[in-house]
Parts: sequence; C-alpha cells; structure tokens
Amino acid sequence: MTTDFKHHQSAHCENGVASNLLKHNGLNISEPMVFGIGSGLFFVYLPFIKVNHAPAFSYRPLPGAIFGRLAKRLGIKVKRQKFSGPKSAGKALDDNLKNNIPSGLQVGVYNLTYFPEDYRFHFNAHNLVVYGKTETDYLISDPVMETTTTLTIEELDRVRFAKGAFAPKGQMYYPIHIPKDIDFAKAITKAIKATCRDMLAPVPIVGVRGIKYVAKQIRKWPVKLGVRKANHYLAQIVRMQEEIGTGGGGFRFIYAAFLQEAAVVLKNDQLKELSFEMTAIGDMWRDFAVEAGRVYKKRSAKPDVYNLLADQLTAIAEKEEQFFKKLRKAV
Amino acid sequence: MKESEVPQDKSNIESLNMRELCYATDEKGNYTTALSSGWEPKTIALNNALEDIKERTEEARQQVINGVASPVVYFMELSKMDIGILAGYVGMWQWRIKRHFKPKVFAGLSDKVLQKYATAFLITIDEFKNFKG
Repeated sequence: MTTDFKHHQSAHCENGVASNLLKHNGLNISEPMVFGIGSGLFFVYLPFIKVNHAPAFSYRPLPGAIFGRLAKRLGIKVKRQKFSGPKSAGKALDDNLKNNIPSGLQVGVYNLTYFPEDYRFHFNAHNLVVYGKTETDYLISDPVMETTTTLTIEELDRVRFAKGAFAPKGQMYYPIHIPKDIDFAKAITKAIKATCRDMLAPVPIVGVRGIKYVAKQIRKWPVKLGVRKANHYLAQIVRMQEEIGTGGGGFRFIYAAFLQEAAVVLKNDQLKELSFEMTAIGDMWRDFAVEAGRVYKKRSAKPDVYNLLADQLTAIAEKEEQFFKKLRKAV
Repeated sequence: MKESEVPQDKSNIESLNMRELCYATDEKGNYTTALSSGWEPKTIALNNALEDIKERTEEARQQVINGVASPVVYFMELSKMDIGILAGYVGMWQWRIKRHFKPKVFAGLSDKVLQKYATAFLITIDEFKNFKG
C-alpha cells in the first residue's frame, strides 16, 4: 500500500518533514517559512553535556520545537504519539498508511542503512516520513535525500527505538487539522520577535552571549586541554554548524531566505535589507569554518591561531547582536 | 553564499551519489536552492571526528589484547557509543556496565547478559565472547 505523497528535498530534516507533510495536506509552505515561523534560528553552548566526547553546541532549538511552534502559531493541530515497543508502534503506523496518512517519525541516525557509513552517529533527532509499505519494506521519504528510499520492517523498528539522548520512543506525528484562513503576517511577526528574544537572551550560554562565551573558551582550550582536545572541540563546532541539515552557515542562509519571503508577506522592505545582512553573517560563519579547518588539519597550532579564531567568532557575535536589535525594531 | 560559490568538493557522501541541498543567492541577492556534493572544511571536521573514534577503538583493542579491558569496551567504541548510550541499549545501569569492563568480571557473565550486549552491538554472541583483539 502507498499514499500519494510527494517527496521534496530540503536542507534540514525537521523543516523538511513539516513542510512536506503540510504540502501533502494542502498547505503550500516552503522550508525557510517553516524554519522562520518555528523560530528555528538559535545558538546554545552546553559545556556540561558531552556528545562524541566533546561539549554540545547547537544552532537550533530542541528537536520537535520548530514544528511545535509552527503549528501553534498557524493554528495547526498535530497529533504526536510515543510507544512502549515496536509492536504497537508498527501497528499504529500501518493503520495510518491504510487510512492514506503519510506519517512523520523521529528516528536515530546510527542504524539508517541508506545513510553513508561515515555519517552514522548516535544522533536521535532525525526526522523522516513513511508514505507506504510493501510486503517487506517501508517506503521512506527522508527530506535530506535527493530521492525516496526504503527500510526493511526490522530496520525501521531499530531506528524508531534507538537509545541514548533524545531517544525517539517510536514517536510518530501528523497534522490532523489545518485552519482555512491562516494569518501568516501575524505568525511571522510573532516568530521574528521570539527569535530576537532568544538570540539576545540575558543568559551566558544562549544566543549572542553564548557565541561570545565560546570565543572566550577557545582562547583557553589549547593551554587547558592540550592541542589535540582543543582541535577535537573545534571540529565539533564546525560539524554542528555545517553538517547535513543546516543549509550552510549554521542555518543563517535558511533564515535569510525566510526574511526575504517574510518581506513580501509583510510588505516590509527593511526585512529584505536585513536578509542581505544575514547572508553576510552566514558567510562569516563559513569563513570561520574554513579557518578552523586549517587549524586542526595542520595540528601544529600555536596559541595565536586560537586567539585569531576567537576574534573571528567575537566579531560574528557582535554583528549578530546589532542585527537582531535592528530586526526587533523592524517588525 | 552565492549560487556560483556552492561548493562541489569531494566528500564522504559523494561515493553514494548523494548531494545535499543548500540555500544560496543569485546575482541580485535573491534566495534559491542548489545542490552541493560536499565542502572541504566540513569533510575535514567529520574526518577529525572519525579519526578520533578510530584511535579510541584501536586503544581499546590494545587493552583487550593486554588483558586490561573486556570486549565490551572495544565494541562500545567500535559502535561509536559512550557508556550512556550503551546503557540505553542494554537496559542496565552504567555502574554495572563499568564493572563489565573488567576482563575478570566479563569472564563470569551469563549468556543472558552477553546476549544483551551482542544484540546492542549487532554481532553474534560467539563473536563477542571470543574476541581477543
């Protein structure tokens, strides 16, 4: 059995699933719009949480938050279910497919067999859509892939019940109600304000202040931790910023694309100007990744190099601070 | 990032003919999407992480050979896990798993417990028990 679901590739999995499921249900909404209205742009540094033996950095809010906020702001109702085991989880999914409901799933990446081996880490906040089933396989639309793919029943059970941080517990979700008249302008204004609030939050590890804090730490790393560990941590920042899913520059380019769409909806030319500015900031993040790459590739780093990187990051933070202050006033 | 600058470097996804979607601007600064086969700084960062796992796995293998660590440590590193993730998969407390890191304690484990580990590591119980490094 299969549903008449259409696959569109996206940069980020959660945006992509949300956008694809809503499109299927008759609401034409782009990935940047999903990301922007879901207030997806973020920065947080969690030194006390270790991922792959390095501190956690994130350029996005908690898994599920983007779709959750999007739904709330647009008045869409989304049904979310978690399950105690593969049996009940599989049955609920099969029932949905029988009723022609393509369903979003939260899964772990480590056992996703169609992913390149090198990309398979224990990361549990990946999202995909199941849109059909054959005798042996589930038909999968993974938004970061160019085309649709399949997983065997056993393989899908394994990724739905992956363990570790953010264990998906079989989580399945799908929209059940989409209002007829949606006030996009109101939702966009609200979302932009929330993003400005997050990025300018008076919390040392969040938003602009978080970026500045990381810059300060980078100066200390080579002395405090040794070059090897310092480089490992640096690589972690770059991976979180550029890994499949961010659309480049730690989501800054997707956000700039959102601002362009928002400028049209709100008839606000200032947002278009700010979009160009955000693109420039994204390019600064890219430059940072290039410089960081040079440092850990050579491995013969002097403390100077780390100071240079820290300066670069501080400059980005300052640019973003000005940017979000302007953006707050623009809406 | 300009559309013309979307990187098409060699990467770990290229072998699978996989390309990822990027957001980039046209000559007027308007956004569009483009596919990228990879970007070198990113590949370097990923390889750095993979290299680190390789080193940790090799270290664990030597420890198994020298009789200071059990196969649990080796297969944990090989599966890119840490003790928290492994605890989730086998459904045991972390302190209990830490005890199983000792070869002496490992030698006395029941088949039932060994099976839990083998399932988590996706190997057979014999492969697991008889791993000598």
